[in-house]
Amino acid sequence: MTRARSILSPFMARPISMVALCLLAFVVFGAVFAPLLAPYEPTAIDPINRLTPPGLAHLFGTDQFGRDTLSRVIQSARMALIVGIGVVVMALGAGVPIGVFSALFPRFGLVMMRLIDVLMAFPALLLALGLIVILGPSVFNSIIAVAAGFLTTTTRIVYGLTLRLKAETYVEAARSMGAGTLWLVSRHILPNLVSPLLVQASFVFAFAQLSAASLDFLGLGAPPDIPSWGNMLAEAKTFITRAPWLLFFPGTMIVLTAFALNLMGDALRDRLDPRFRDMMGGE
Amino acid sequence: MLSVENLTVSVGPFDLVSDVSFSIGRGEILGLVGESGSGKSMTSLAVMGLLPRPGPSIRSGRVLLDGADVTPLEPWQRVEHGHVPMAMIFQEPMTSLNPVRRIGDQIIEAVQVREKLSVAQARVRARELLEQVRIPDAALQLSAFPHQLSGGMRQRVMIAVALACRPQVLIADEPTTALDVTVQFQILGLLRRLCDELHMAMLFITHDMGVIAQLADRLAVMYAGRVVETASVGAVFDAPSHPYSRALMDCMPMHSMGKRRLATIGGQAPRPGTLPKGCAFAPRCSNLRDTCHHIPPPRLLVAPGHEALCAYPLVTEGVT
Amino acid sequence: MLSFIVKRVLSMLLSLVVASVIIFAFIHLIDGDPVYIMLGDTATPEQADALRRSLGLDQPIFVQYVLWAERVLHGDLGTSLFFQAPVTTAIRDGAETSFLLASLTMVWIVLMGVPIGMIAAMKHGSWLDQGLSGVAMMLASVPTFWVGLNMILIFAVWLQWFPSSGYPSIFEDGGLANLRYLLLPSLTLAAPNAALILRLTRASMLDVAREDYVRTARAKGLKPWPVVTRHIFRNALLTVVSAFGFTFAALLSEAVVTETVFALPGIGRLVVQSIQNRDYPVIQGIILVVVVIYLVINLIVDISYRLLDPRVELQ
Repeated sequence: MTRARSILSPFMARPISMVALCLLAFVVFGAVFAPLLAPYEPTAIDPINRLTPPGLAHLFGTDQFGRDTLSRVIQSARMALIVGIGVVVMALGAGVPIGVFSALFPRFGLVMMRLIDVLMAFPALLLALGLIVILGPSVFNSIIAVAAGFLTTTTRIVYGLTLRLKAETYVEAARSMGAGTLWLVSRHILPNLVSPLLVQASFVFAFAQLSAASLDFLGLGAPPDIPSWGNMLAEAKTFITRAPWLLFFPGTMIVLTAFALNLMGDALRDRLDPRFRDMMGGE
Repeated sequence: MLSVENLTVSVGPFDLVSDVSFSIGRGEILGLVGESGSGKSMTSLAVMGLLPRPGPSIRSGRVLLDGADVTPLEPWQRVEHGHVPMAMIFQEPMTSLNPVRRIGDQIIEAVQVREKLSVAQARVRARELLEQVRIPDAALQLSAFPHQLSGGMRQRVMIAVALACRPQVLIADEPTTALDVTVQFQILGLLRRLCDELHMAMLFITHDMGVIAQLADRLAVMYAGRVVETASVGAVFDAPSHPYSRALMDCMPMHSMGKRRLATIGGQAPRPGTLPKGCAFAPRCSNLRDTCHHIPPPRLLVAPGHEALCAYPLVTEGVT
Repeated sequence: MLSFIVKRVLSMLLSLVVASVIIFAFIHLIDGDPVYIMLGDTATPEQADALRRSLGLDQPIFVQYVLWAERVLHGDLGTSLFFQAPVTTAIRDGAETSFLLASLTMVWIVLMGVPIGMIAAMKHGSWLDQGLSGVAMMLASVPTFWVGLNMILIFAVWLQWFPSSGYPSIFEDGGLANLRYLLLPSLTLAAPNAALILRLTRASMLDVAREDYVRTARAKGLKPWPVVTRHIFRNALLTVVSAFGFTFAALLSEAVVTETVFALPGIGRLVVQSIQNRDYPVIQGIILVVVVIYLVINLIVDISYRLLDPRVELQ
């Protein structure tokens, strides 16, 4: 119970973070139980009722095919969650090993960090676009494309943190006693990385929403038959004057989700302050 | 020149400094000693008007500068009101100087606060100040950046900055703690000399009894936010009245010479907000009586100019 | 100082070379025969062979790279499949729009982000500060294309204050007044980045305010405002300026989406169109140009950082 307390404490300190947490819980809940919550089939076409404004029958209105916007918005939450988690797993899953080993093996590290520097010369979205061109548009590929953009910063952060941890006297002491590298990593380095990585994960999750939505909007991410907020906005573009609700609801969901995740990241980071603030280059 | 009366600094419900009083005349050096956390730095910041906002604030008491009440005023307000100049030097000379500006500019800035001088004139004065603190190649060093100087030199620069406003009171908060022993000696000598030449009142804060012995005329010993003893240096060293001062004396290595173990004071100083009833030092006192745990100690005048905050002050044989 | 610049330039060139290798590999990573990718599916085997030989694609990869690099250094970025014209022409046509858009956006970002961040820091803890920080975080969480669409809806359609799409050059009829076509797009692009700069300025100033030398400045008797300008702001600026390079990169990226939403004839929209047209040489050329621009901007930022902060040593 006290463990749950300590995890929740940074949020309870600020009321707005509690709001953010509830918002996220709400989105996750919606995503998981989408089929049960949606009043209509997200793909069900109903041409008679096309482009109806929000009302009793359709709380969020309908789109140009008569599909219920509310249902599609709820269904899209799934995509948001899948993509978000996928990007975090990939960015951290690649960034952490590369960062840690770069710090522990200086020669490898020097080369690797140089490569990372070069990669950073490619603006995130262009990098994503390039990868989509090579790999072809799909949900999975959009996850890879977006994750690539976060790989560089994550690796850098992990590299910096590991270097500092390596320089801590207790690590030097352990090494002088003959501790093996793997043992060092698992016992001293990884546990200390958990908290800052959690913060990083929140921000990556947040900005992944925006990047993925942009890719979807350009038609280069999720295919049109899978509802996602970005897709919905792409379709809404043609009808914004006639049906502004098509613009409002999916967009607001993206904003709320990203905002909530950003707030969560902030709250988590404040909890770690000041130990890791300088290491992460504060913000 | 500087008189502090019943100063209490608190943050929230906790008192960091309680009922502190002392006074310093011109040309006199008062040492404020105590362990870390005893409230010495907080006292000095409060006297200077530099308490950080938001944060601790002066709850009661007064700070009188040449008779004028400057208690609530920050340094810039004191300048505006035309009060007597007071300056302060800090412990870490590296971080106390702006790293991206030349030291000449930082001294000129200080000079121009109180004197209407052109930049050229201020520059001349800055050079004079550097010479006064015995920095070689003063004219050259004006264009130097802080990181180009050694620790001792930086501290001299800090002193020069402090002297820029022609202060009549100088507060030195552990200025030599971060320096090598040899440099320490030089800086202390410089401070003593400046104090005599410029007839300043100086408040010197330290936790190092050896340092204060060389420099100060009088001592105020602080413990848990209170002044527990005030006396001349000689009196405190030879005949301390408060058990805490006595314990501090015993801890000094040279007093322990001949014995096998260095003396220590058992236990820990109480943190703000956790002060026991009665005397704050009672849990660690060697001269403990029953009443000490329940009744706050009175401030007794043990001898002329010698006070102790203790109900049962120590008496040393053969000393008046 | 000079040796610092030389070393940084060499470092940049090295990064450029490595990046060029990656970009060169781009076309070869795409599924399919590069020649048919470039010519399209309708090419005849003879055309394919001719192109293959002329581009030296029958040579080992290393030689191909050198040939390609040589062509690039002579300003030949290949031929656009869609436009049947040199890639450089297509890029040049879009350059004016994108450049003006980026510049205007940078102006907004600095004008909005830095002063407001400063105010928020000075009024730290007050309602104003919390409100501004909240708004800033909200803005940073908004997708640019959505802001753009809303802007169009509100300002172009409903209020009819500004045009919603297109951009006639300022060298044509209308002159500088044509910049109003860039107003909505630049504000759209500026919003989330200004929010980030705002938060960075604020955080940086709060960090600096806690430093010992600020306390020394106060002890000197300096009035509050000079303390802020001469010590806090100037030192906090270092961190903010170094973020400008990164901000510019983000701009180059997000401009892609903004130009698409506002139908601006810039390089960003060109990228999207080329992806849809499978015009790979254009995509490759644009990425190369953008990377070069980004590396140069970063170099400039690094050097100006050194000018501002005398402590910085070579990496």
